[in-house]
Amino acid sequence: MDFLMGHLLSWILFLPTIAALVLLLLPDRPGLLRWYTLVASLLPFVLTLVAWANFQTGQPGFQLEEQATWYSAINASYHVGVDGISLPMVLLTTLLMPLAILASFSVKERIKTYMFLFLLLETGMLGVFLALDLMLFFVFWEIGLVPMYFLIAQWGSANRNYASLKFVLYTMGGSLGLLLAIQLIGVVSGTFDLPLLFERWPGLDSGTLLGLPVGTVKSIAFWAFVIAFAIKVPVWPFHTWLPDAHTEAPTAGSMILAGVLLKLGAYGFLRLVLPLYPVESHNFAGWLAALGAAAIIFGAWSAYGQTDFKRLVAYSSINHMGFVVLGIAAAAWVLGTQDAAIALNGAVLQMFNHGLSAAGMFFLVGVIYERTHTRDLTRYGGLFSLIPIYGGVLIFTAMGSLGLPGLGGFVSEFLVVRGAWPVFTLATALSMIGLFFTGAYILKALKMVLHGPLNEQWRGHLPEMNARELLVIAPLVVLMLVIGLWPAWLLDMINRAVVMFF
Amino acid sequence: MNFPILSFTIFIPLLAGLLILCYPRDRVTWPRVTAVAAAALTFLLTILVYVNYDIAQGGYQFIEKVPWMPIWDISYHVGVDGISAPLLLMAGVVLFCGSAVSWNVSDRPREFYAFLMFLGTSVLGVFASLDLFQLFFFFELAIFPKYLMIVIWGSPKTREYGAMKLTLYLFIGSVFALIGVLAIVFLSGANTFDLLLLEKAGFDTAFQQLWFPFVFFGFAVLAAIFPVHSWAPDGHVAAPTAVSMMLAGVEMKVGAFAALRVGIMLLPEGARVWAPLILALATINVVYGALIALVQTDFKYVIGFSSVSHMGLVMIGFATLNRDGLLGSGLQMFSHGVMTALFFSVVGMVYDRAHTRDIPQLGGLFQKMPAAAVAFIVAGLVSMGMPGFSGFIAEFPIFMGAWQVAPIVAIIAVLGVLITAGYIFLVIRRVFFGDLRPELAHVSDVSLLDKISMGILVVLMIALGVFPSLMYPMIQSGVNYILALVGGA
Repeated sequence: MDFLMGHLLSWILFLPTIAALVLLLLPDRPGLLRWYTLVASLLPFVLTLVAWANFQTGQPGFQLEEQATWYSAINASYHVGVDGISLPMVLLTTLLMPLAILASFSVKERIKTYMFLFLLLETGMLGVFLALDLMLFFVFWEIGLVPMYFLIAQWGSANRNYASLKFVLYTMGGSLGLLLAIQLIGVVSGTFDLPLLFERWPGLDSGTLLGLPVGTVKSIAFWAFVIAFAIKVPVWPFHTWLPDAHTEAPTAGSMILAGVLLKLGAYGFLRLVLPLYPVESHNFAGWLAALGAAAIIFGAWSAYGQTDFKRLVAYSSINHMGFVVLGIAAAAWVLGTQDAAIALNGAVLQMFNHGLSAAGMFFLVGVIYERTHTRDLTRYGGLFSLIPIYGGVLIFTAMGSLGLPGLGGFVSEFLVVRGAWPVFTLATALSMIGLFFTGAYILKALKMVLHGPLNEQWRGHLPEMNARELLVIAPLVVLMLVIGLWPAWLLDMINRAVVMFF
Repeated sequence: MNFPILSFTIFIPLLAGLLILCYPRDRVTWPRVTAVAAAALTFLLTILVYVNYDIAQGGYQFIEKVPWMPIWDISYHVGVDGISAPLLLMAGVVLFCGSAVSWNVSDRPREFYAFLMFLGTSVLGVFASLDLFQLFFFFELAIFPKYLMIVIWGSPKTREYGAMKLTLYLFIGSVFALIGVLAIVFLSGANTFDLLLLEKAGFDTAFQQLWFPFVFFGFAVLAAIFPVHSWAPDGHVAAPTAVSMMLAGVEMKVGAFAALRVGIMLLPEGARVWAPLILALATINVVYGALIALVQTDFKYVIGFSSVSHMGLVMIGFATLNRDGLLGSGLQMFSHGVMTALFFSVVGMVYDRAHTRDIPQLGGLFQKMPAAAVAFIVAGLVSMGMPGFSGFIAEFPIFMGAWQVAPIVAIIAVLGVLITAGYIFLVIRRVFFGDLRPELAHVSDVSLLDKISMGILVVLMIALGVFPSLMYPMIQSGVNYILALVGGA
């Protein structure tokens, strides 16, 4: 047991990779490949629960840490660990992964390659949440792009070539600044170790770097970080890759994109930008809040304007992630106060909740698309009478996304708004108006899919959700409800981490 | 160690080549079996050298010295340090893989394999030379096999042009380098060709500044430094597959290595003065090479220009003259050698089957040759500096080195990374994905030998990317030695 428990995080991180390599050796039988991948993806989830059980809530600093030499020539090491902010994200990832794989059972072509890429993607995403070394962080940050690129480019829908290239170049382009800034930090500090950098880098404020005042250099580096993460979140106006990528990706790809990949950007803000650049974050918090509010409002408007069901859900992600950004901005402005803590609690919880609801929504879009082969909202209509179970699940998930009290989204959006209100009153007020439009586009979608006159074309051609599909959505639905009614199990961990970390 | 392992490494290909020339003309299998076996043996010896190099001790090891022309203090003098041992290994693996993927060469196989082996001896000889005359001798030895192989077995449309251009460019470079070498040996009053002595000669500053550009830029022509880079894409494209692999993979490193060994290590004061110019030119290499690669429609030209771009990073690392930059350059020379050899081998496999290199006429080849496609994708990821592969662990320190001397270089050169990602993803998609064209329906998969050689190269790049400690301690020891000469940080 010791070699398992002593390296628990490494097992969580690399089990998907090992599973992916073993997958290559398996015979090409669809059933075997699917079930194998599903079981393999459940292992990290189980180990995450073990980690959760072993996690000491309330203990400061990182836990379950592991450190090993990796690239000592430039002082980068393999250093992983979790705290109350990253552990929920790890749980989200390892939870969504088996569901996405289960949702992919309908994929027919090149199953082995598809599952292989998915498993690699999991390692890439988990690595970002687990890394405690800046260089390691970047390694995983970039590496996840490759499987996602091929998933979109190979299994996506009609416009996949454009969407996949836009996705990868946009994100890589955004990362260039991050890469440069990380190198700069490494050159100046002589280490990439995050706990060390948290002590050294923010305090660096006098003298010159590279012939420029330290303040200027740090401001530039700050913006390099911010842009990289803002593209990933995405913050308006860096969002244009998202609707294309999400719409063209295969269903499970969209689930993971919206469920986990967007969280990487927000996590970057929390884990790196705020702790490393408290001063700059404070100085530029107003801009960030404005962008967050813009994302909420414009995201909602854009979503309302869509007639493509999947695109509508894609824009809703911009809308919802805007609250995460708003919470982070508010916290940046008044870091260390109670308002900041509340806003950060809300932001982290919103990340988790949006992971659940967005994955659920994309899955449900995929379900209807597989049956009708259209995503055009105008071609649906009145489907509730044909597929009531689907209808019920869709309404429930949409409500979770909308932020109905009693479901998860409400708790987190409430916390963000409560924390941000005293700090950025105007931006928060505008965001509340944005929330109104959120209701509008979600109800519009529900109306066009489920209600109104039945499009007779579908009568007799529309089977109800099957057991596998219900199994995918069930954990998401249950969790949305549980968090909505009793958020304490999760919020307690997040809250203590936020208070101690910031 | 009494076994003269370096001499065996260097001369086994030569002996094999001579043996092949003695074979009767009608034996088509003999030459290739001999060549692949000799290359495998060489590869094995380079592995032994690499593994047995004592990093803790550092410096030059496996030294052999025999007087050759004592009157000018010229000797046969070989040895490797932390920089050249990895390059030797890289030359060994590329020679082996180049021979292996050329298995089906049917036009005058005797001469083809013999010349390929001569080329191998030439590059191995340069990397192991500790005598300036001998280094130059091996350096020039490559010209004949290169020229002849391009002209005879090259791609029919451009081979005369490509071969002529390559030879003339390199010849002019060599003339400058030779002038510099002679100045270093005789004008300085050192009167020895022994590199170990020359390193410690302590030439005066003005002398170093005057003669540095002759040797550095003279040799750097072979590394395709801007603006004398244009022989490279033309030459690579005109050459047959194995020669492209050797040219881009190893020969360009020969140029860079000679520029380092003779230019920077013998004339460090000169390097300090000329470094800004090198940085500027190499930055142009990186960005301009990538931009030109982006607009190519010929599959092989894309890779040809990508080499120009990547060699720019090697020279940026050189010109930083600091620990990080030089470490990165050492790794990048190895990584790029392996990567570009893989690139050209796949390009060759595609061309052999599709009979065209025109990208719009290709497509969907993943279905027909999945192993080659996967290998190309891996090389592509290395090329764009994707973490987890050898390119990243090489480029990262180069950029860190550049930050310390000229941040603007890092900021501009990083654009090369993005452009590279663009052209690599585009070319992967256009060649290997999309719909298979009907005229490519007959295309067959690659052979087992091809898969083995690609597999070796792929494994090397991933292993190095995941476990950089397989190589950086050795290169670090080489860098420390250089820094002791250069006297920098």
